[in-house]
Amino acid sequence: MLTAAIFIPLAGALALVATRDWTARAARAFAVAVAAVPLVLLIVAWLRFDPGAGELFQLVEEVEWIPTLGVAYRVGVDGIALSLASLTALLFVAAVAFPAEHQGRPRQYYAWFLFLEMASLGLFLALDLLVFYVFFDLSLVGMYFLIGLWGHGDSRRAALKFFVYTLAGSLSILLAILGLVLATDPMTFDMAALIEQQPLAGTGARAGFALLGFLLGFGIKTPVVPFHTWLPAAHVEAPAPASTILAGVLLKMGTFGIIRIPLAMLRESFAEYAFFIGVVGVVSILYGALVALGQDNLKRRIAYTSVNHMGYTILGIAAAGGLLTGSEQARQLALTGATVEMVAHGLITGALFLITGSFWQRARDYEMDHYGGLARQVPMLTGASVLASFASLGLPGLAGFVAEFQIFVGTFAVFPWLAAIGLLGILITAALFLQLLQRVFFGELPSRWSDLSDLAGSEAATLGVLLALVVLIGVFPRWLLDVIASGSRLLLGS
Amino acid sequence: MPIPHIVPQIALVVGAMLALVVVIFLPRRLQAVGAPLALVALAVAVVTQADLAAGEGLLTFDRLWALDGATSSAAIIICVATGLVVLLAPEWLRSDARHGEYYPLLLLSALGAIVMAGAADLNELMIGLLMATVPGYVLASYHRRSALSAEAGMKYFLLGGLTNSLMLIGLTILYGLAGTTLYADFPSSLAQRPTAALVAAVGLVAVGLAFELGAAPAHAWIPDVAEGAPAPSAAFLTVVPKIGAFIGLARLLSVLPPEAVGWRPLVALLAAVTMTLGNLAALSQEDVRRVLGWSSVSQTGYGLMAIVALGRSELALPALLFFLLAYAVANIAAFGVVTELRGRTALSDYAGLSRSRPWLAAALVLAMLSLVGIPPLVGFAAKLNLFVATIEAGYAWLAALAVANTVVSLVYYLRVAAPMYFGTRTRPVAVLGQSAATSVALAVGGVLVLGLLAGPLLSAFSGAALLP
Repeated sequence: MLTAAIFIPLAGALALVATRDWTARAARAFAVAVAAVPLVLLIVAWLRFDPGAGELFQLVEEVEWIPTLGVAYRVGVDGIALSLASLTALLFVAAVAFPAEHQGRPRQYYAWFLFLEMASLGLFLALDLLVFYVFFDLSLVGMYFLIGLWGHGDSRRAALKFFVYTLAGSLSILLAILGLVLATDPMTFDMAALIEQQPLAGTGARAGFALLGFLLGFGIKTPVVPFHTWLPAAHVEAPAPASTILAGVLLKMGTFGIIRIPLAMLRESFAEYAFFIGVVGVVSILYGALVALGQDNLKRRIAYTSVNHMGYTILGIAAAGGLLTGSEQARQLALTGATVEMVAHGLITGALFLITGSFWQRARDYEMDHYGGLARQVPMLTGASVLASFASLGLPGLAGFVAEFQIFVGTFAVFPWLAAIGLLGILITAALFLQLLQRVFFGELPSRWSDLSDLAGSEAATLGVLLALVVLIGVFPRWLLDVIASGSRLLLGS
Repeated sequence: MPIPHIVPQIALVVGAMLALVVVIFLPRRLQAVGAPLALVALAVAVVTQADLAAGEGLLTFDRLWALDGATSSAAIIICVATGLVVLLAPEWLRSDARHGEYYPLLLLSALGAIVMAGAADLNELMIGLLMATVPGYVLASYHRRSALSAEAGMKYFLLGGLTNSLMLIGLTILYGLAGTTLYADFPSSLAQRPTAALVAAVGLVAVGLAFELGAAPAHAWIPDVAEGAPAPSAAFLTVVPKIGAFIGLARLLSVLPPEAVGWRPLVALLAAVTMTLGNLAALSQEDVRRVLGWSSVSQTGYGLMAIVALGRSELALPALLFFLLAYAVANIAAFGVVTELRGRTALSDYAGLSRSRPWLAAALVLAMLSLVGIPPLVGFAAKLNLFVATIEAGYAWLAALAVANTVVSLVYYLRVAAPMYFGTRTRPVAVLGQSAATSVALAVGGVLVLGLLAGPLLSAFSGAALLP
């Protein structure tokens, strides 16, 4: 079933490439239908998933691939992977359904999206390090073409920068994977076995190097300061639905990777260096928020808040792995919070980037100072932006709050000082979003925007679903927390 | 004489002779008949070699010829690669007066590469090397009225003449030290010989092989041949002789007494220099064929990592064979696209190709991504094996350097790919025809599928051994 969820989008992509005379409309309808299939399959998986089970991974499927190296095609889920995979499937439906500028090449546009969906789902569902790596790299290829082909401005350069940066990261991960796997005998890339064996425990420097390789690679992808410089360029030049996927799905690959590999498989070294990882998280929180505050470009500002939010996630993960024993409850809370932050950030920032897409399609302008007083002109767009911004700054009752609350409660038990400093980030975030709303939606309406149209049906529906989930998670998070917490409980031991 | 052991090689000789005789009597418009003849000879060679590979490995012909897994695998890869090149040629050479003679030259050069791979004797190695190279000079300068082609052939010839003579000197010293040219006797006869003389001799032999490999310091001909030689010849010369030379080098190094010659760090250094030099030089090229040429140099550097791991990691030889297969299909696919596009070569001429020729653009991108090592293409599985073997052999720094090089290489491959997809200029692009397109399709099919078949292929290669 999970395999079908991964490969049906690929089949859809190939079908789109093979057909010749579909209209843009037909291609879009087909793409939405195909993208919805994994979502349905994952909802079924969600129903079949048992949060109380004692096994870490459920719904496992396995096929031999390269037995000489101990590599097999293995997929399955724990609570963390299941929630992120479902988020991925949902965001892809939203990104495909959102009105797009395919610049006369609709079939290729939707085909690349479906290809990227295959890569993303494969990554979150993989239970074999090599399969994980394969999908990690494929996601780079997909995003490279989406930015390069349909981006605006200097998109070629942004695409190249994105590809080179993240390929450097992914190769550093590959070396670390090999360092980890070569310590097993017989050699295996099976994640479950590696989590159990902890192959590099007690090897000192070698484990340190492997950890460094993983953190470097995933840190570039996440991105954490100082490896974040590819992100604003890629975001600003990418088409809005691709930005949604980039922020909502691809950034999560970094933090998910840290949870899945170093946190789970290099427990000892991770605990040893967790404080530094936490420091990097706090730096990302503050730096991301401050730089975002300094941006006048709407999309750049939102892009930098991603650095800030991913910083919360990193901080939570660092706290979760900060100790080998003790404070189990707090550490599980931190990990659950970090995962909820990923889901919440995916929904909220996904929605925010779609909103920037609405701006671009109407006005071809991201400069905040060129706007003002839009509240009366476009009430629905304003409402969606206000809700998403409040969610992003962590207003109680919305999804971001649930996540950040748990992260900070958990982190206080492990790294109290880091948590205290990190809290400052929330203040700055609040300031930057309020200022954004004020500059764009309130005040005097420039006369040239007097014929700006409000959200169309498909835009409103897409944003509506994402923001409804943000509210639902904020008000009634139980269903999500149970599943995620089962993952963090089994991963960290109780 | 155990004739059955060399039936595949005889098939190639017979095929070459037959093609040569037939084309003498045929009018110019029918000369393409050499292509099917060559394909039949190659197919016979593949089938009979596969049959031989099923048996035990043995040293035959008075221990001159190693009939083992490495020889058989290399021979099959060489024949497949040559077959793909044969398919590229008919349309390219349609109007050439000497069209028919092209195919015998391909077959004889391929035979030379196979002899290099199977040679278990110094003289045999030298003969194989010359047999691979001499037809190569002709293949490179086939368009003798084209200044570029003549220049390519001349550079190839001059560098080849120099390195071949150095190699002969090395062989002579080695013979003097060992009193024999048979590899099987080397371990005993080379023990306790003066290290300095041994190192010098092996170094000189290695220079000769480095020429075939396109490894530093004898790599200079590769970009010129890639740019100037007829595109099918460039595809052939950057792939086939390399395969033979890699196995030949591996076989020679594995019989040297390890305590006398510390060749491992030297090969590691050679690998490091070759991959870095190739990648850095490729960055600034404005010509797609030169980019492919320099990339071919860097790929040799990656392949040498497997030689470094030889004897230290069980995966080294299977990794080398798999890498050679992966490199062969990807590189021939890339040169095949250039051929099919009638040799168009300036980077700017590729702008907008994805709109006018979407399948060819996709083929070139897939070939290049495979050379980068993006999964699940075959080049990824190849690099993965190389990395595992290298790290197992204790050369993690070399693997790390290869990783850094891979990132650099992405930049110049994308310099070719980006204009094809993101460029807007569209105008009709002429192509050659069916046969070359078939070759491209087969090679790209290999790039796509062989990576997924890495499991069975690796277990087939892991039975391979290096005799003696």
